[in-house]
Amino acid sequence: MIKGLGKWVDDRLPVSHFWNAHLAKYYVPHNFNFWYYFGSLLLVVFVLQIVTGIWLTMSYKPSAENAFASVEYIMRDVEWGWLLRYMHSTGASFFFIAVYLHIFRGMMYGSYKKPRELIWIFGVLILLVLMAEAFMGYLLPWGQMSFWGAQVIISLFSSVPVIGPDLALWIRGDYVISDVTLNRFFALHVIALPLVLLFLIGGHIMALHEVGSNNPDGVEIKEHKDSSGKPVDGIPFHPYYTVKDLFGLGVFMFIFAAVLFYWPDGGGLFLEHPNFTPANPLQTPEHIAPVWYFAPHYAILRAVPDKFFGVLAMTLAILILFVLPWIDRNRTRSIRYRSTAFKVNLFAFAAAFIGLGYLGTQAPTALGTLASQLLSAVYFGFFVAVFFISRRERTQPVPERLQ
Amino acid sequence: MIRITFFLCLVGLLAAPNAKAASSNYPLEDAEVDLGDKASLYRGAQTFMDSCASCHGAKMMRFGRIGDDLGLTDEQLAVLMPDESTKPGDVIETNMPPEYAERVFGIVPPDLTLTARVNGGDWLYTYLVSFYEDPDTLWGVNNAVFPLVSMPHVLAAEQGVKQPVYETEGEGEDAKRRLVGLESPERPGTLTEEEFEQKMRDLTAFMVYMSEPAALLRAHYGPYVLAFLLIFTLVMYLLKKEYWRDIKH
Repeated sequence: MIKGLGKWVDDRLPVSHFWNAHLAKYYVPHNFNFWYYFGSLLLVVFVLQIVTGIWLTMSYKPSAENAFASVEYIMRDVEWGWLLRYMHSTGASFFFIAVYLHIFRGMMYGSYKKPRELIWIFGVLILLVLMAEAFMGYLLPWGQMSFWGAQVIISLFSSVPVIGPDLALWIRGDYVISDVTLNRFFALHVIALPLVLLFLIGGHIMALHEVGSNNPDGVEIKEHKDSSGKPVDGIPFHPYYTVKDLFGLGVFMFIFAAVLFYWPDGGGLFLEHPNFTPANPLQTPEHIAPVWYFAPHYAILRAVPDKFFGVLAMTLAILILFVLPWIDRNRTRSIRYRSTAFKVNLFAFAAAFIGLGYLGTQAPTALGTLASQLLSAVYFGFFVAVFFISRRERTQPVPERLQ
Repeated sequence: MIRITFFLCLVGLLAAPNAKAASSNYPLEDAEVDLGDKASLYRGAQTFMDSCASCHGAKMMRFGRIGDDLGLTDEQLAVLMPDESTKPGDVIETNMPPEYAERVFGIVPPDLTLTARVNGGDWLYTYLVSFYEDPDTLWGVNNAVFPLVSMPHVLAAEQGVKQPVYETEGEGEDAKRRLVGLESPERPGTLTEEEFEQKMRDLTAFMVYMSEPAALLRAHYGPYVLAFLLIFTLVMYLLKKEYWRDIKH
């Protein structure tokens, strides 16, 4: 009878077609390594954020007067409220950890190259919206860092020539961060941006499944098919990668839970200590630091002496990722077969990103600013160097089949 | 090579010292907070109600929650409550009118519910034991980790008043004195130094608990969750191995 019902539904809705196209008969390379766990992990974290977010919304009050107290109410009086809140706050940090590693994977194995440019573009769009989502979410607890962090970032918009001040006013809906700002950020955080993210993630995955996954060798598995048309180096995603990703999920959740239960503040990185003081528009904190995942971009902003050009550099630091598929002119995808120059360049880029992240959380010093400038140069230098290195790069021969 | 580089990056990232806002450079002492020691938390709660709550509120902390978390009997809980009309659902509120506080202290004493979460237990403990004599201030005392604090040394009768040790920096008109340490009080208080320090450790432990009562729940559920995830991961590992047996690498 169940079978009959299944057929009845399947005749009317392409359930089994969807299942086969995206899981049971979706062929992927068999040589995925550690770096290939983060895609499915990100999907899980996204769902986790949505679900915990829905429950938090049931008890949170988006008003300047009640927001801070309502978060403490969640932490103290709501059954399991502390767990929901910590899952959401720890989830935000783990979202970015996974996103940054996922992006780095793409850069190492050339997953942005033809024919996967659109997947990459969807990915960068997801990064941008995710940053907006995280930024607006951070205002909601209405602590000192929520308030002053938002004040600093929104005031950046006022440095845009001509329309700047009006633009900042338009975003805030007030002359300072206020109840109005909090309310609209809440609306954007819980509805608008998650919806946009959902569509972008859908586009990202659809584009991926159209052309198929890249792999650590950067070899196209579709070029070698057997008589039935299946790639010889491919295996169906389900069950092989569903079980493998479940194992990866277990490891990830173990680390996630260890942080959540024993280190939810992340030493002041995941939940900043001053944010346990209610927002006070009359008292500027000594040192306004962004949350860790914005720190690299914040360091780039501070490295530039002029405010407007600083904003421009910070924006460019993300936007430049869009054109990476065209900056990199070499056809060899994987770092395994690329030149030493490229390897050095990529790791310098990663090191600069981490270094900037550290500097962005620190109070500005003369030496720190100098270091930020140096590392910003390395960050942007990566793209310039890739452009020139990739032109006549001496790569190693790429194997025909997966190794 | 790639793996080693990545590993080094990760180690560097984790080893990066976390910035912590500190208003003075006075070295902090270890508060030795043990949230599992319920007797210590209860003693700290009594000290809080006796010595802090007359000026400070803790408006996010309910009495009933303290009773539940510390496993107190009704009689033990009643000791903490200001009067007989207090109900378990009530929060810790101060009786001091804000206007009065403003006139006497210059500021309204801050709510203490989350103080330990903002500054950390070590800071709080060091603050509590580091009042010292300074005739230039309103109350005749200053604090080593919170210079020019508006709060008087409430527990002076128990601790006595510590004496500052200064070092002079610079010369002539630019000379500045800097606090380098504290010496035992000239006239000892009613408690010995050890007794007083223990009392402040208890108080600090209670305030750390109060800043995040969920910490007790985290500690309680943590092992079960991690144990489950460990078993889940192990099973998934074996399942993966079983499924992947026919895939050649």
